[in-house]
Amino acid sequence: MDRRTFLQNSMASAAYLGIAGAGLQSCSTQGTKQITILHTNDVHSHIDPFPSDHSRYANLGGLARRADLVHQIREENPNTLLFDAGDIFQGTPYFNFYGGELEFKLMSKLNYDAATIGNHDFDNGIDGLLAQVPHATFKLLSANYDFTNTVMNGFVNPYHTYYLDGIKIGVYGIGIALDGLVLQKLYKETVYHNPYEIALDTERKLKEEENCDLIICLSHLGYDYENNPNRPDDVTLATKTQHTQLIIGGHTHTFLEKPDVRLNKIGEEVLVNQVGCYGLNLGRIDFYFDSAKKVAGKGVSIQV
Amino acid sequence: MTRLLKIQLFVLFITIGCFHSCKEQANQLSQIAGSQVPVDSSLAEVDSIESFIAPYRKRVNEVMDMPLSYAPRTLTKGDGELNTSAGNLLADAILEQASPIYESRTGTPVDFVIFNHGGIRSIISKGQVTTRTAYQVMPFENRIAIVEMPGNAVLGLVRFLKKSGRAHPIAGMQIILDKEDSIQSVIINGEPFDENRTYLAATSDYLVQGGDDMGFFKNRSNVEVMEYLVRNALIDYFKSHDTLRNTVDERFIRR
Repeated sequence: MDRRTFLQNSMASAAYLGIAGAGLQSCSTQGTKQITILHTNDVHSHIDPFPSDHSRYANLGGLARRADLVHQIREENPNTLLFDAGDIFQGTPYFNFYGGELEFKLMSKLNYDAATIGNHDFDNGIDGLLAQVPHATFKLLSANYDFTNTVMNGFVNPYHTYYLDGIKIGVYGIGIALDGLVLQKLYKETVYHNPYEIALDTERKLKEEENCDLIICLSHLGYDYENNPNRPDDVTLATKTQHTQLIIGGHTHTFLEKPDVRLNKIGEEVLVNQVGCYGLNLGRIDFYFDSAKKVAGKGVSIQV
Repeated sequence: MTRLLKIQLFVLFITIGCFHSCKEQANQLSQIAGSQVPVDSSLAEVDSIESFIAPYRKRVNEVMDMPLSYAPRTLTKGDGELNTSAGNLLADAILEQASPIYESRTGTPVDFVIFNHGGIRSIISKGQVTTRTAYQVMPFENRIAIVEMPGNAVLGLVRFLKKSGRAHPIAGMQIILDKEDSIQSVIINGEPFDENRTYLAATSDYLVQGGDDMGFFKNRSNVEVMEYLVRNALIDYFKSHDTLRNTVDERFIRR
């Protein structure tokens, strides 16, 4: 190899490395991306762990421990979101004494990203809910409650989108019918809309207008009302939607052994999960993303 | 020269390839893994969170554990067949606390109380009785409701009590069954039951709404839900009785 060729070769190599380097930087796309979704539901003001002599949940739960767990997982993967599926309030004297202030402040300290509204979150009336809004740094999401004619107007969004590591995540909230569950004088002029219709409309918006890569529903409908098919529930919601990939449920305090895999309207798999109640468990769903070419024809592999 | 050209072509190829895959971002869902993590004692308690909760907890515990009354013996909802000590305590508390308030507002006292056996969630242990006791017995946010009931609906209620096989708490009412379980006498508010009369029953908003299959509340149009929690009536009752002497008694018996 004479000197000239050597130089030319090195220059070319340098150029190659440079470009390739820049390329790799600008597209961290080559590797798999991971989005971690953490969730709770029906915590019902359970801030302290259950006492050691409790008949069922001895030494389980507790906000300070949940904080440790969430912190560990966020360290492991910074691209983590934390959600709650409603019924944050009511269940221990902390709520009776402080009206939910402590619950909202602690959820903010744990960096919750969003919560939907459960029926018990109206227990101090819609004014009682509004009073706690200043203590929340997380979003309150509900697509099928219309708060227009209430004091909560402007404090609740139908959905919110997050952008993590180039992945756009759309999250919307769905609430349960209030009539019969909550006294009208508590929820006042809050209007409940059909959850299925609203879910379809909202997920379409998140897919087509917001171009989300991942769509999640926070639902307080309840897991499954087998004996009452007219009552909307999460497993039916899963079969009626087509863009939603995960339904994080609440209300029925259902302890699922593992996330439930259902088929949606177009025959694709959708996860329905609920982790019991009282902050005894933290749900965790990891979503992995690859380039379309790598995924092509392989479909989504689900490990639960 | 050909070699150089080859290398340049290669670079170009790589570049295009790379930009191409840049365009095609890794945003195609390929895999989902789900799990559930128990929140148990293997986790540490985050100090900053723990110290933030501490003053709230201290205040709650101070109030919750302040002695209000004393139980000379344990009261349960299982110590009698047709009426029980804990049931009688709860029903008496509602009658004693709610009736004077209702009477001061409307001029009419409450005639009797009916509650559900399942609604009593804990025994009252012998010893100090506190606000915490009231929360254990009555964790729900049920409000006291006053219901106007015509005589025939009250009769339906009495038949329900006879049939139910559970000692649903009552107060202000005495029901005596004979050996064959036929209703021998019903006395309400000190007077024999009169089917042509209208009565005022105190219960909980939960039961009025059809909870625990208490169908006799169906179609009752005159219902007033008081802004008075059943639990708070219990707390107020504890405060006004330094000793809880409630026992199984004669309010609902078979003889």
